[in-house]
Amino acid sequence: MTSPAVTTAVPATIVHTEPATHSSTKRFALGIFDDEDVLLHAIDNIRAAGVKIYDVFSPYPVHGIDDALGIERSRLPIAAFFYGMCGLAFALWLQFYTLGFDWPMIIGGKPHISLPAWIPVSFELTVFFTCHGMVITFYMISKLYPRFKTPVLDVRSTDDKFVVAIELDEQSSQLPKLTQLFRENGASEVNQKEMTKF
Amino acid sequence: MQYVSPVREPLVTSGKTYHDVTQDICYQVEAAPNIRWMGALGVALIGLAIFFYSVYRTLWYGIGEWGLNKTIGWAWDITNFVWWVGIGHAGTLISAVLLLFRQKWRSSINRAAEAMTIFAVICAAMFPVLHMGRPWLAFYVFPLQNTLGSLWANFNSPLLWDVFAISTYFTVSLVFWYTGLVPDFATIRDRAKGKIARVSYSLLSMGWTGSAKHWSRYETVSLILAGVSTPLVLSVHTIVSMDFATSVVPGWHTTIFPPYFVAGAIFSGFAMVLTLMLITRVVFKLEDYITLEHIALMNKIMMVTGSIVGVAYITEFFIAWYSQVEYEQYCFINRATGPYWWAYLSMMSCNVLSPQFVWIRRIRYSITMTFILSIIVNIGMWFERFVIIVSSLHRDYLPSSWAMFSPTIIDIGIYVGTIGLFFTLFLLFAKFFPVINMAEVKTILKYTVNDGPTYGGANDGSRNPSLHTSPAPYSTPGVPASAPVNYDKQND
Repeated sequence: MTSPAVTTAVPATIVHTEPATHSSTKRFALGIFDDEDVLLHAIDNIRAAGVKIYDVFSPYPVHGIDDALGIERSRLPIAAFFYGMCGLAFALWLQFYTLGFDWPMIIGGKPHISLPAWIPVSFELTVFFTCHGMVITFYMISKLYPRFKTPVLDVRSTDDKFVVAIELDEQSSQLPKLTQLFRENGASEVNQKEMTKF
Repeated sequence: MQYVSPVREPLVTSGKTYHDVTQDICYQVEAAPNIRWMGALGVALIGLAIFFYSVYRTLWYGIGEWGLNKTIGWAWDITNFVWWVGIGHAGTLISAVLLLFRQKWRSSINRAAEAMTIFAVICAAMFPVLHMGRPWLAFYVFPLQNTLGSLWANFNSPLLWDVFAISTYFTVSLVFWYTGLVPDFATIRDRAKGKIARVSYSLLSMGWTGSAKHWSRYETVSLILAGVSTPLVLSVHTIVSMDFATSVVPGWHTTIFPPYFVAGAIFSGFAMVLTLMLITRVVFKLEDYITLEHIALMNKIMMVTGSIVGVAYITEFFIAWYSQVEYEQYCFINRATGPYWWAYLSMMSCNVLSPQFVWIRRIRYSITMTFILSIIVNIGMWFERFVIIVSSLHRDYLPSSWAMFSPTIIDIGIYVGTIGLFFTLFLLFAKFFPVINMAEVKTILKYTVNDGPTYGGANDGSRNPSLHTSPAPYSTPGVPASAPVNYDKQND
C-alpha cells in the first residue's frame, strides 16, 4: 500500500485496523472443556451462532471433531499413493538400468531382465518412499519442526482439557458475548490469552 | 459417547481420568531413576561391555574368532540375526495389524512393543554386518557403483533383498514410532519444570500443540502407515526366509518357509513383548494399563502362532518323506536323531508343546506361568533357527565334508552382548520416553463395563455425573439424558 492512490481509496474503518496486522500479537478467547462430548456439542452451537473458531486443542484425537469444525478430509493418502508410485518407478528403473543395460550379468543362467526376482526390492522401495514421503509431507504441511520453545495457549490441553480458541479483535470487544456463549455450552473455564508469533 | 459393554473387560482399570493417565505415565520420566532401574542398567551395561569386547576381537582378528568352519559357514551369527529380526516383528504387528483390526487393547502396549522392534532390529543388523568381516565396506550392499569397476549390486540375490527389507523395516518402524511419540513428548514438555527438560522435550515434540487439524492429519498418517506396514512386516520375514528357501540345501529348499517364518516371528515377538511387559508393568506400576486381560490376549496370539509353527514342523517332516528325495529325507531324520537331536528336541518341546498350556485359562491369566512360558518360547525359537541353519549345513551332499559346530567364547560373547545392547537401549527408552502411548490410552478410557468403575465418575467429583453415565452423544450439562442405552452400537 505504498501508492497514495490506493490509500485514499480504502475506507477509513479499514485503515483504522491496519496497525493490528503489523504486530504479530493475537488475542484469543479460550473456552476450556472437560469432556469431549460437551466439547463437540459446544462446537456445534458456537458455529451455529456464527462465531468463527480459530482452532481446538485436545490431548487426543476426538472423533467427530473434523465434521464439527468443518475440517476437510486430508489429502495425504493421495500424496502417499503418489510417493509410492515414485518409489516403484525408481526401483524398476534402477533394476532395469543396472542389471539390464549398464552392466548385464548372467546370474544363475537367468535372463538379464528377470522381473520376478525384482519384486521384493520393488515392493520394499515402494513402501520406503510411501512412508517417508508421506511423513515428511505431514510434518511440513503441519509446520512441525524441532524448536526450543513451543508456544501453547493452555498447557493443560496436552493433559486433560479441551481448549476452543476464538480469535479476538484488538479491544477484545467480543469477549463478554463469547464468555456467555462458552458458559452456556458447558465450558468449565473461560480465559483470555495473548500470544506473540503464534 | 461412553460405550458401556455388557461383556468385555475394561481396557484400563481403576476408573482412571485423563489426568491420572498423564500423571501415571509421566511419573517415571519425571522422577529420579529408582534403584531397580539403575541396577538393571548396570547389568545391561556389563552385557554391552561384553558386546564391545567381542566385536573388537572379531574386527581385530577376523571371523576366525568365531567357531565357523568350511562346512558350517553360517551358524550362531545368522541364528542370532534371524532370532532378533523375528523378535522385532511383534512391535509392528501390534501397532499396524492390530490397528487395522481395531483391537483397542493394543493402545497400552504398542509403544513399548515398537521400541522393542527397533532395538531388536538394531541387534539383528549387527550380525550380517560383522559377518562381512570388513564392516567398513558395508556400503557395498547398496546399489552404488563399485569403486573397482562398473559392477552393481545383484538384485537377484535374496541377501540383497534382505538389505532392502531390513533397512525399509527399520526406518519405517522408527518413523511410525516417533510420530506416535510426538504428542506424548508435547505432554511431557508442557509439564516439565526444569529448563533442560523443557527445551529437550520441546525439540523432541516438534512444536506439537494438539490442534484439531494436526490430529486429523496424524490419524490419517497413522492409518496409512499401518496399512503399508502390514504387508511390510509380512514381507520382511518372508524375505529373511528366502535367504534359505532359494538355496538348494536340503532342509532349506522348501516353499513353506515364508509363512512358517512369519508365524514363528510373531510367536517369538509376542513372547519377548510378554517378557518385557511383565517386567515393565511391575517396575513402573502400570498394572492398571497392562491388565491380566492384555496378558491373556497376548498369550492367545502366542498360542495360535505357536500352533501354526508346530503344524509347519510336522508338514516339513511329512513333505520330506513324501517328496521321495533321499537327501531331504536324510536331512530330517538327521535333525531328529542325529548328533543335534538335543537341539531338535528343545525346539519341539519349547515351541510346539509349551504354548499348548495356554489353553488352560488359569495359566493364561497367571503372571508367573506366562513369564516362564515366554522365556521358554524365546529359547525354543532360538533353537529353531539353530536347527534349521546348523543341522541342515553340517551334513550336506558330500559325507567327507561333514562337520560339527561348536561356538567359541566370542560367539557366545556377541550373542550375550546383543542382549546387553538390547536391554541398555530398552532401559534408556523406558526412563526417558513415555512407555505407554498416553494420547491413545486417553481415547479408550471411556470403554468400560456395565458395573465396573466408569470413567471420571468415581474419582472426580467436580464433573457432572450425568455426562459420564449418559450413553447419548451431545448431552448438555444439567439435562439428564433420556435416550435408552444402546449396547449394539459401538461408538468408534
